[in-house]
Amino acid sequence: MKWLPWLRPDDQEANLERELSFHIEERVADMVRSGVREEDARRRVRLEFGAAEQVKDECREVRPAHWAETSLQDIRYAWRNLRRNPGFAAVAMATLALGIGATTAVFSAVNPILFQPLPYPHAGRLVMVQELGRNGSPRRPTFATFLGLAVNSHSFDAMAVIKPWRPTMVGSAQPERFEGQQVSAGYFRTLGVLPSMGRDFQAPDDQFHGPNVVVLSDRLWRRRFAGDSTIIGKQVRLDDYLFTVIGIMPSSFENVLAPSAELWAPLQYNPSLPTEGREWGHHLRMVGRLRSDVSANQARNELTGILHSLAQTYAKGYECCGGVPNGTAVDRLQDEITRGVKPALLAILGAVVLVLLIVCVNVTNLLVARSARRRSEFALRAALGAGRTRLIRQTLAESLLLTAIGGVLGMAVGELGVRALLALSPFGLPRADAIRVDSSVYAFGLGITSLVGFVVGLVPALQASHSDPHDALRQSSRTTTGGHQVTRRMLVVTEVALALVLLVGAGLLLRSIENLFAIDPGFDSTHLLTMQVQESGRRFNDDSVRARFFTQALEEVRKVPGVTAAAFTSQLPLSGDFAVYNMQLESHRNDNSEGLLQYAVSPAYFDTMKIPLKGGRMLDEGDRAGAPTAVLISESFARRKFPNQTPIGQRVRVGAGVGHADRSWATIVGVVGDVKQTSLTISASDAFYTTMTQWDWVDHAQSLVVRTRGDAAALTPAIRNAIWSVDKDQPIIRIATMDALLARSQAERHFALTLFEVFGIVALILAAVGIYGVLSGSVAERMPEIGVRTALGASRRDILVLILRQGMTLTGIGVVIGLGGAVTASQVIISMLYGVSRFDPVTYFGVIALLAGVSGIACWMPAWRAAKVDPSITLRAG
Amino acid sequence: MASPKCDLPQGTLDLLILKTVALGPVHGYAIAQRLQQISCDVVQVPGGSLYPALHRLENRRLLVAEWRQTETGRDAKFYRLTRRGRAHLEAGSASWQRLSETVGLILGMAEEGAQ
Repeated sequence: MKWLPWLRPDDQEANLERELSFHIEERVADMVRSGVREEDARRRVRLEFGAAEQVKDECREVRPAHWAETSLQDIRYAWRNLRRNPGFAAVAMATLALGIGATTAVFSAVNPILFQPLPYPHAGRLVMVQELGRNGSPRRPTFATFLGLAVNSHSFDAMAVIKPWRPTMVGSAQPERFEGQQVSAGYFRTLGVLPSMGRDFQAPDDQFHGPNVVVLSDRLWRRRFAGDSTIIGKQVRLDDYLFTVIGIMPSSFENVLAPSAELWAPLQYNPSLPTEGREWGHHLRMVGRLRSDVSANQARNELTGILHSLAQTYAKGYECCGGVPNGTAVDRLQDEITRGVKPALLAILGAVVLVLLIVCVNVTNLLVARSARRRSEFALRAALGAGRTRLIRQTLAESLLLTAIGGVLGMAVGELGVRALLALSPFGLPRADAIRVDSSVYAFGLGITSLVGFVVGLVPALQASHSDPHDALRQSSRTTTGGHQVTRRMLVVTEVALALVLLVGAGLLLRSIENLFAIDPGFDSTHLLTMQVQESGRRFNDDSVRARFFTQALEEVRKVPGVTAAAFTSQLPLSGDFAVYNMQLESHRNDNSEGLLQYAVSPAYFDTMKIPLKGGRMLDEGDRAGAPTAVLISESFARRKFPNQTPIGQRVRVGAGVGHADRSWATIVGVVGDVKQTSLTISASDAFYTTMTQWDWVDHAQSLVVRTRGDAAALTPAIRNAIWSVDKDQPIIRIATMDALLARSQAERHFALTLFEVFGIVALILAAVGIYGVLSGSVAERMPEIGVRTALGASRRDILVLILRQGMTLTGIGVVIGLGGAVTASQVIISMLYGVSRFDPVTYFGVIALLAGVSGIACWMPAWRAAKVDPSITLRAG
Repeated sequence: MASPKCDLPQGTLDLLILKTVALGPVHGYAIAQRLQQISCDVVQVPGGSLYPALHRLENRRLLVAEWRQTETGRDAKFYRLTRRGRAHLEAGSASWQRLSETVGLILGMAEEGAQ
């Protein structure tokens, strides 16, 4: 401790020692002079003077103690104590590290998503604007809506619309497709982040048929262009077109609306809003920066008013595409992008807090048990004059030291935990890049650690200071020990109750997931490989070239050994994408059915997916461009619209024909089974299918579905090569088996379930350890009593039952309390439950049985030990 | 050993120490000896309470201490009264005087009253 001289004033200590020994020596000398033998003199002086150490202590105590000095003493004392009990210390520290680590890891994941503002200036003013459809449900705004609102609204500093853009850069060995966005000119200004090099988009960039310009992310610029500082003004080739690089975004820019986007180009939609154009498609997302003096509510009222007048001005446009809007929704951007994961994250946060509580209870339990064993030490120190505050401080120092070490280990656990969380995290977790162990996480860890230190130290400290020295020293242990036992039992009951709450949560989620995976998606998901193929390049502007490419690609894929069927679809079920269009029914002339899922497919799609035909015929090769348009509709749509008649042969208008009396009719030729498109839980099953060649618009990206004989994923390289044998420049992305997509569509629930299971098991183990510890302690203390019982004729079985009953009573009380807690806490996860009530009796009974079983095992060992007691030994010892 | 011993009332030890030290710089052992001699063995101060008391008085700056050699050539810690200590001693003695007179008076009266 030389490096901290002020912490230990060695001079003062040495002087104290000298002063006291001077006194003793003088006294001895005096006595010897008066004729006492020296050793007698020494003995008498010792008696007279009292214990030198204690005198020193008292002198130290009257000294105006430096806080650091006494704290250091306390910590040294605590350290010695922990070293003396390595087993106890290790168990306690590991438990604490687990609890603190898990909490810190979860916090670091939840913090940027739910609590920190988005990484933009005045992020609270950023909102997302949506149109409300006729039935009041939100839908994506059209460019027409955006234009009308942007021109007329006064509530915003800036507004912008965006849509995904996936350009391909060809030339190197494999074509690379980038994730990007097409944005209106004000996008970066709306977010409040400007390029670090070059310039932002300006209005002239975003004109119809405007220049091809692109802004790159810092990451793409460094990766693909080696951070070339002269890149501004240079041209890059994307999708066979030359784009001029005009700006580089700063490396700190986080694009929360599309985290994987690496380049941006202007939207360049047509402001004259042609009725059949993409300007009326509901495929944009609109963000706005509210003026500082305008609330979201005020903005919504203003926008709704504007939208109503727009609907009158552009009646035809709205009529053809999705119908008249019912209003607008203006929501905080942060709420909007975290909506999907918020319930899962909050539930996980709740779960980890429960785990932390259980950890605290468990460590408190250990500390109480230990201070029970150290009772005579405390009593002695109290009798020797150690002040009560000093005793409390020393006990607290010990628990704080324990927690501090646990906390340091916990931060290491937390680092690993964050990595595990990210690996487990659901696909598309917003702001996943912002999840890291940073200073705020360290601060949180520190806060949690000190809090836990006080919490776990308080009970044992108070107990230590309360113990009456007389009682304790006399070792008339039963009454005071009883006090410790009561505390420990209460702690165990708490643990059981908390574990039950967690386990019920895990059980309910498990049941929900089971229910979800029991849902029939409407097709056979096994042995099905999916991928997205995009045609890229100017040559595909010719429809026949495009059709030939896809047809040839299918032929090549079908030749791959192991492939039994293959087809293309414009929208892949459960991929996260979908397209919604209207249909005009001749039989319901004035009713344009809104919001049907639309698919443009190759004829073999239904056979490949094994979507059953319910009536009429499938699409076939005859349904090609030029032939009358053939339409398949989904079963539930057929049942709803044609309840008492066959839909086959009914005439409808789809696509660009909707609302145009001069366009020819299409015919419903068949009915197929319903398919889950957006999610297993959402039963939006109104859908229609046409062949790709009979659909009015071009989908540049098509999803390939391939049914295989064996393992679907294993065929990936062969299938990819088959497509590239037709044209090597076509990027292939999003390769996944359908089973994986199915699982991914439930990723949030799965994520929550996995963590609940882990936490539940930890809670179960800790509770079992707690029960075991308490019972072992109790058995050890009751040995004499058990001996008497045995001597008086109690059988082994009686003793076994006696101890088991004691343990199971604790479990029982814990279960009853926990049930109350579980019923309340299950509200938190209610939005994640599916097909199961939060009072689901199966779950509750299952969890209770599990807890009873585990605690039974935990009780068994101490009970067995008690049953084997030899009365003659214990009684003699007692 | 035959003489009866008294427990010192709270706070009195401080006063006795201050008075002893007021006679001149003195070390702890000498204080104990002197108290014992002067009081004819009535007051016995065990080291266990003397030294904490000395340190307390030193901390309150009523005493200062320095290391010096004794007549026998040994190093000892000598205590000396400070100005504050003298003032404290005077105030303390005065109030003790008053208290003891009053107590004596009352005790004496009680005796007469009983007759």
